Amino acid sequence: MEQLLLLIFLPLAGAIITAFAGKSAKIISTVISVASLVLALFIAGNFIPDASTQFEANLPWIADLGIRFHAGIDGISMLVVLLTNLLIPIIILSSYKHDYKNPAAFYALILFMQTGLLLVFTAMDAFLFYIGWEAALIPIYFICAFWGGKDRIRINMKFFVYTIAGSLFMLMGIIYLYLQNPADNFDIQAFYALNLDSAQQGWIFWAFFIAFAIKMPIFPFHTWQPDTYTTAPTQGTMLLSGIMLKMGIYGVIRWLLPIVPTGVQDWSGLAMVLSIIGIVYASLIAFTQKDTKRLVAYSSIAHVGLISAGIFALNQQGMQGAMVQMLSHGINVVGLFFVLDIIFSRTKTNKIEELGGIAKAAPQLAIVFLIIVLGTVALPGTNGFIGEFLLLMGVYNYGIWTAAIAGLTIIFGAVYMLRMYQNVMLGQTNTLTINFKDIQGTEKLVLYIICALIIILGVYPKPLLHITEASVQHLLEQVNQKLTSVK
Amino acid sequence: MNIIITISITAFIVLYAGLFKAKKALLPLTVVGLLTALGFTIGAWNGNAVHFGMMQTDNFALAFSGICIIGTLLIFLLTQNYFHAKSDNVAEYFTLILFALAGMIMMVSYKNMAMLFVGLEIMSVSLYILAGIRKRDFASNEASLKYFLMGAFSTGFLLFGITLIYGATGSFDLDKIQAYLVDNSKAISPIFYPGVILMMIGLCFKVGAAPFHFWTPDVYEGSPTLITTFMSTVVKTAGFAAFLRLFAGSFAPLHDFWVVPLMVIVCLTLFIGNVTALFQKNFKRMLAYSSISHAGYLLFSLIVLSAKSENNVLVYAAAYTFASIIAFAVLILVKQKTGSDSFESFNGLGKKNPLVALSLTVAMLSLAGIPLTAGFIGKYLMFLNVMGEYQTLLVAFAILNALVGFYYYFKVIVAMWFKDGAEIELSTPGQYKVVLLVSVAITLILGIYPAIILNLI
Repeated sequence: MEQLLLLIFLPLAGAIITAFAGKSAKIISTVISVASLVLALFIAGNFIPDASTQFEANLPWIADLGIRFHAGIDGISMLVVLLTNLLIPIIILSSYKHDYKNPAAFYALILFMQTGLLLVFTAMDAFLFYIGWEAALIPIYFICAFWGGKDRIRINMKFFVYTIAGSLFMLMGIIYLYLQNPADNFDIQAFYALNLDSAQQGWIFWAFFIAFAIKMPIFPFHTWQPDTYTTAPTQGTMLLSGIMLKMGIYGVIRWLLPIVPTGVQDWSGLAMVLSIIGIVYASLIAFTQKDTKRLVAYSSIAHVGLISAGIFALNQQGMQGAMVQMLSHGINVVGLFFVLDIIFSRTKTNKIEELGGIAKAAPQLAIVFLIIVLGTVALPGTNGFIGEFLLLMGVYNYGIWTAAIAGLTIIFGAVYMLRMYQNVMLGQTNTLTINFKDIQGTEKLVLYIICALIIILGVYPKPLLHITEASVQHLLEQVNQKLTSVK
Repeated sequence: MNIIITISITAFIVLYAGLFKAKKALLPLTVVGLLTALGFTIGAWNGNAVHFGMMQTDNFALAFSGICIIGTLLIFLLTQNYFHAKSDNVAEYFTLILFALAGMIMMVSYKNMAMLFVGLEIMSVSLYILAGIRKRDFASNEASLKYFLMGAFSTGFLLFGITLIYGATGSFDLDKIQAYLVDNSKAISPIFYPGVILMMIGLCFKVGAAPFHFWTPDVYEGSPTLITTFMSTVVKTAGFAAFLRLFAGSFAPLHDFWVVPLMVIVCLTLFIGNVTALFQKNFKRMLAYSSISHAGYLLFSLIVLSAKSENNVLVYAAAYTFASIIAFAVLILVKQKTGSDSFESFNGLGKKNPLVALSLTVAMLSLAGIPLTAGFIGKYLMFLNVMGEYQTLLVAFAILNALVGFYYYFKVIVAMWFKDGAEIELSTPGQYKVVLLVSVAITLILGIYPAIILNLI
């Protein structure tokens, strides 16, 4: 219990210290985030990969309203907790070359957000989950709107209102479940045990699904995403795409499936169709992008579409694939955005046509970028492969035609990602890229770490699968049991 | 009883102190008086004493008295450098505010309708003067006149309602009226119903609920900002307490009858308040309209009467009061420097005054209802209460309105942090710092650990 509380509140304490640290904020936040990574690894080391919830903290909070501070870690949580605590130090390190104004606030907000994210990923109490959900939103809004680029105010307002609209309806769903719960609390196990008829489940499904779909985002709730990703400061984009997006996926797995399985079953066809549309639609748009950052933003929608399709296939392979792909996508997309940031900081452009020939001037960057791109397009031997393979297998078990269309993402992805790589890195150098300085210092460190992870997890993904396997299986059993008991 | 006596005596002492030009002594005297009154309030806790059959200091009354006194205390602390710059007769301001507070204490603890009326009038008459206290200012005069005409009008409604109810029941006493309703549930006199409606209209005027809200924006804008602060926080809280005492208490047996018009009022209030606030270019006017929308959320507690209704209003009122006090305090500071209370004058405020801007940010987040602030708990309780009877559509409507609210509350956050402007440096007097600090602390504490206030009443 103590470890978990420490895990959750260490970043918050760090945020408070960082806020008053002035110029040394960069160093302090790095130290804190690395410490939380070590802590997360320690917890993972002591984690027993069965279906149980471990390191549980269950403390009274607002007793009159049936709200408890109840958090714990099972296999599914463990993975996303690791992802969060792995990416935050990477994201902080990736900012070293930037001179943001007000650095203390910047790093404090990142750490504050980390606490919110960890609350989301460990909460076993629906109210706590909601608090974490919003606590992660406020800092990212400020990060994007304060340090972002052109037109950031309008774009981030849209992002903010979009997401909070979703979450308010989710809150309504949570209140509804609470009122149905004879135990008068928000405990996840009590919610799992609720016996709702299919009409109620339908409503709850939508109340939750829209919130999650906006966060991921799933077509047609994605319209905030490309603009927000493009205008946000690079670290903001990394937080959004690397970690925050996983809140939606995690929410579906943790809260939607087991609480309203009948609702999911009734609507999974539609959710599947939306996911598949998202894959094809986002891929097609990614083809036409002239801006690298936007291209990656759309590719992210396509990837998330596949993940959600895998989840709504409601089978072990799809679910396991989603778990692995969450981690892989987080690592890869952070790497991609970091490379784009490095290129932008040297050439001051994101336009594909203005770039070219960087590989000649910067061979090291060319190699790491290639590895990351290959990871993203799911080449066998990289981390992207195992996830997408499992996901497609899951979708195939759901329906052959669905899998056929969803499989297009691999072909499309390879085409637009490799074409971007070709146009940016290969070909003729021009005046912008002739004096391109190769990666150095922290840039090297971060990118090497990312590449190492891509290859290691690609070659030997077993530990990851091992962590989540029992929990995923347990979850699906729970869902199926509930489905059969209703019939 | 002690509370009212203390406050009234303080008012007189302050008036005399003003007469003898003891300007420096005014604030300390008032603070001591109010703290004494607060002490009496706490001392009477759980006493549930009835005073001459006219007032009842139950925990409901004491809790609301406490909020009103603390709110007034904070507002008095904001008088530093405020009235002195505007007038020589500072003592009159102090006295009038104290008299209004005495009226409000009656409004939250009445047991007899006559006391409701007397309390309301003591408060209102003081406020008419306060609104128009800038004699040579056109807007202030307009505010005072509008407030007076509308106030007199609404008092008429209220009084007529009281009369009809007296005609039906033969009593002004709240308990006897309730007993009448319970005993004669099958044969309630037909004049009782219009009485209820008229009283509802009269009280809706006072708390500024739509469609009886037309006076609020002009009055709030025209009055001196400090008086606006007082009117939109403490006065509003007292008005709601009075509303609640009557409708959640005596008229509760008739809930099915009056809930229908109330629901119409709630929906109108939420919609008009929020949508109009969205289009304001002036921060003060935006706050005025937002106060209308908050009246709508507060009335939520009456739609579903439960054991928790009263406490929910207390939480919401506390959240709203402290957040608004922060907002107005910062507004006063900004206006002193820039001479304007438009949104533009907040541009770039965060650069040179991070702590002031941070306080205002917390206040706006609380008013918007973001988790970990008191405002969220307040809204959450209201939604929970109404969801209890599965009025899902109503909650969905309120949620849509809350979304509109995010837009205009974030406007000022955006202006302060993300926009560039004349980088003014505010001169924040010590007492303002105290007020901001206390209010922010209360807002956050109630947001993170609301258990301390949830079972008060």
